[in-house]
Parts: sequence; C-alpha cells; structure tokens
Amino acid sequence: MANTQFLNCNRAIVEAALLSDCRFFAGYPLTPATECLEQASHRMADFGGVYLQGESEVSIINMLNGAAAAGFRCMTATSGTGLALMQEGLSHMAGIAEVPVVIVNVMRGGPGFANLAPSQADYFQATRGGGAGDYRCLVFAPETVQEAVDMTKQAFHLSDKYRAPAIILSDQMLAETSEAVDLGQPLSGDDLPEKWWATTGCEGREPIYSGRPGKDYGPHAQYLSGDLTMNLIGLEIPGRDEDTLEAHMLRLGEKYRLIEENEAHAETLYIDDADLAVVAFGTSARLIRPAIEAARADGLRVGLIRPTLLWPFPSKLLAEAAEGIANFLVVEMSMGQMLEDVRLAVQGKAAVELFSTLGGAIPRPETVEPEIRRLLGAA
Amino acid sequence: MEQIFEQSPSAALKHRYDYCAGCGHGVTIRLLAEVIDELALRERTVGVLGVGCYSTSPVTFDFDCQLALHGRAPAMATAVKRLLPDRLVFTFQGDGDMAAIGTTEIIHAATRGENFTALLLNNANFGETGGHLAPTTVLGQRTPSSPQGRDALEHGYPTRLTEMLALLDGANYVARVAVNKPANVLRAKAAIKKAFKAQMAGPGFSMVEVLSACPSGWRLTPVEAHSWIEEVQTKTYPLGVLKDATS
Repeated sequence: MANTQFLNCNRAIVEAALLSDCRFFAGYPLTPATECLEQASHRMADFGGVYLQGESEVSIINMLNGAAAAGFRCMTATSGTGLALMQEGLSHMAGIAEVPVVIVNVMRGGPGFANLAPSQADYFQATRGGGAGDYRCLVFAPETVQEAVDMTKQAFHLSDKYRAPAIILSDQMLAETSEAVDLGQPLSGDDLPEKWWATTGCEGREPIYSGRPGKDYGPHAQYLSGDLTMNLIGLEIPGRDEDTLEAHMLRLGEKYRLIEENEAHAETLYIDDADLAVVAFGTSARLIRPAIEAARADGLRVGLIRPTLLWPFPSKLLAEAAEGIANFLVVEMSMGQMLEDVRLAVQGKAAVELFSTLGGAIPRPETVEPEIRRLLGAA
Repeated sequence: MEQIFEQSPSAALKHRYDYCAGCGHGVTIRLLAEVIDELALRERTVGVLGVGCYSTSPVTFDFDCQLALHGRAPAMATAVKRLLPDRLVFTFQGDGDMAAIGTTEIIHAATRGENFTALLLNNANFGETGGHLAPTTVLGQRTPSSPQGRDALEHGYPTRLTEMLALLDGANYVARVAVNKPANVLRAKAAIKKAFKAQMAGPGFSMVEVLSACPSGWRLTPVEAHSWIEEVQTKTYPLGVLKDATS
C-alpha cells in the first residue's frame, strides 16, 4: 500500500526516520537543514519520542551519543559548518563507543560560513571526517526525495547493524525540492540482534561501560593503566590480553573491511559499451542526466556511474569499469573531492578529468554536454 | 600487619580504585556508591562520567556508565534522562571538565531544568594533566602553568560556577560540600542523597559541588592538602546549600 505524500526532502527524511523507529531528534537551527528540525518538533511526540533543541552542535552530537548509547535510534540534521562542530563527538561515537546515529548534512556553500547555496564540498568532511584517529562513517548520497526516504531507512538499518554512524549527504537544492514520495511502511524488526550494549541500567545483567573500547566491557583497570600506555609507545607486552586499544582498532578495521566488501554500491547507466564514464553523485548526477541522454541520442558512447554510497566507495566497480573505459569525467560541485576516490579506484588505467562548479553554481546539461563531446572527440 | 579498620562492602562498587594518597575522589566515589545502595537504585542507575582522574570510575562502579568527552557529560545525561525518565542519571565531572570546556553544556542543561544530578569535583586544578591552572584555581595558587601564583590581571578570577547555576530557574537543589574531614564527609553524603532524591521526585536540575583534595597537584602532603581546603579553598568556595527548592 502506497503511503504517498508531497514533501520536500528535509521533511521527507524526518518522516522516513520516524518510520524507522527513530525516537530521539536533537538539533540546532542551521539553514538549509532547519526544516528537518521543524518537522521533528512537530511530529516526534506523535511517535512517543523525544525532540530537543540544543544549545550548539557540540552539545547535539553528545546528546545523540547519550541517546544512542542508551539504545535509542536517533538523528540530527545540520549543514557543513554544524557537522564541523560535531567531529569530535562523531569520532568518539564511530571509533570508540561504536554507537549508531544518522546525521543529515544538507550541504551548503563552504568553506567556513560561506553561503546558503547548494554544494557538494563536504565530501571530504563526510568520507574522511575531521575527528581524531581512524574511523569511518557510512555516507549515503541520495539523488531524489524518494531515494532520500529509502536511504534514510537503509541508513538506520545499516548504522544499527554495524554500530557505525551514517551520514546522509543532501544539499540545499535537493533539500528544497518537493516531490511526490512514497514513504512506505515502518521499517520492521530489521532482523538485527538485540542491543546488548545499551546502557539502560544493569537490572539482571552485568554493567555496561559505553565509550570504553575493548573486545568486551569487562574490567578495564589494566587497559587504562597498563597495556594501553605500553602499546601507545610501541612496546611488546608478552601475554597481553586482547583488551587493548590495538586489539580494538584491529577489530574496528576488520569491521570497516566488511562494510566495504558488502555495502558499496553504485547505479550504472549505459556503461557496457561506453568510451566515457561520467561519475557523479546526488544533485550533480540528477542535473546532468539530460546531457548524457542527449549525447547518447547522437550516438556518443557515454555512460554514468553514480555512487549511491560515498563510503564505502564503489572502488571495485570503478576499477572493473576502467578495464574497458578509457576516459572518466567526474562532475561535482567542489574543487574535486570525489575525484580523488575515482583516481584511486582506477589506479591510472584510465584518464580521469574533472568538471567542477563552485560557490553555489550547479552543473547544467548545456555546460556539461560540450565537455562530454570534447572528451569523445565529437566537439 | 594489624588491620585497624575495615570497609563495608558496597553493591555499587567493584574493584579497587587507584587515587593518590589524600585525594578526595575515592571518598566521593565511596559516598556516591553508598547513597545508591541506600536508595536501592544500582540497577536503575546510569552514570555519565567526564574526563579526569575519575575516568577510571567505571572500573570501580558496578552499574551502567557512559563515558563522555571532555565537558560533554551534561549533554549525554540530558538525552539519557529524557529517554529513560525513571532511571537515576548523574554526571561526574571535574572542575576542568565542567567549569572550563563544559560550561556551555552544564549551563544549558541547568537552564532547561534537566532532571539529572551533576556532581562537580572541584580540586582547583587540572589534576590529571599534572596540576595545571583551572578556572577554579584560587588567587595566589601556584600551579605548573601559573608558577608565580594565580594573578587576577593575568589569569582572571576563579569561576564560581555553582553560584551561577544556583541562580537559574531550572535548578532545584544546589549545594557545595567538602570531603576534607569526617563531619564534612557526612554532610557531603547527605547532600548527594538529597540531590538524588530530588531528582527521583523530579522535576528539576540538581547539583553538588565537592571540594576534593589534590595533594599531588597542589604539591602538599595529604594532611596539608586537607587543611588547605579549610583554610584557603573554602574562602573562595564557601560550603553550604546554595539553593533548595525541593520542599
């Protein structure tokens, strides 16, 4: 049964979150993400959850940490400048506490305060992050409101499954796009294990210490005072137990390897016979589809590769594509950030060029199509 | 060696804790555990612990804990208590954690009247880093980063955060105690118990500041450190109930 509504992307994402059993939303007003906060403030009580407007993004991410560590699905929405303030908390949630959270970043112009126009220049911020140490976040890149709804549900599911934060990279243009969207049904049981690690009070079980890394959450005196310190300065400790930061990080690395193996995904269009593959995500991909169709209509062999997740990045798919395709054109609203991942993926087997728009400018079919023709020698 | 004292077991404590001789943290942790025992709340408690020497506390506490980033415990506790309103939720922060980097979080949590209890361990320095100048360092106090003593013109005045919080409408019960002598220890326990009871009766924010000796940071013997609390620290940070709207 369809559950169709006409919503903009900000509001639709929050509706999808509520259908995904999200029961805590904390936010701080920040254009162009504020409608998410509005929608949550209107709707969360209907679902018996908690909505809270906090005093800063620094506080918000830590509220989310508290909620997530107590076992509740939780969300915030912000823009790049807000996500910048959340990086310390995000690093801790991803790499140490290993708690799930879904964060919407409605990208606007950067760097710094910059402007409110659409951008994709938070690609590095999302896929590399700015917090301390080694950690990763799942990064989803929706192209349409419908896909944002579907990805929000998927984000909650995978974030719980892997106990890893998920970021949904929207942008100002997508956020303000209203479309008919099928919100679908509530995300059901998810076939996920119980959250044994949730700190809800230790009735009937051993206490949990959330935010203390280790293979388990048992006594950590040795971890704090002995093994960790020794491992930090690189000394071998014969017979040390696994409850060390080194062991924790090795396990974290293995988790990230599994995510890369299982969850990387891209949509492909016309690439089987392509001589040129355009690589674009989100709004950029949506905007330039007419250029690809027009070139195809003229018999030019151009295809599209659209990563739907930016981390894990579909490197394997791109590497395979590079076996048969000699030229890649990355189209993005930044100075060339995904460009680096594409170049790493194809490992020099294909030429990779960039079509970049900056400062709120968007790629248009009429500006990208000539570039496609030039690269195919059909200018 | 003849054992001249014994310690009664607490259900809320496990493992030993390793603090410097004379440090007030162990006493405070012990009081906290005893109050949780007496209120029979161990299995319904979530502690949110900040960053400092007391970060080893989860090793000690035998109940659920969340470890917060430096200064952020009140934000985490806000979420936990709102989502689990029938649990006992408290934060445990030092003066560096709460009165320096975490002022935003504690002021707004108290302003909103968040229904958890904040415990502030005030030892007048950043104990864990080696006794450095903190917002609570008193005038004239020498630290490794104020070697000539705290000077108001150079370092600013000591922060009386607890007095500031007591002004807020959202605060229900706010007190300052010390754990430097037996009578004060008993008063400290009573204050913590009152704060926890106020929380469970709800609504409103409750807070207890504990003046806690740091002999290592202060470069004093334990006996000198406990006298220093009486003779110096309480002059800037007088003991007593700063707000009680519980009745």
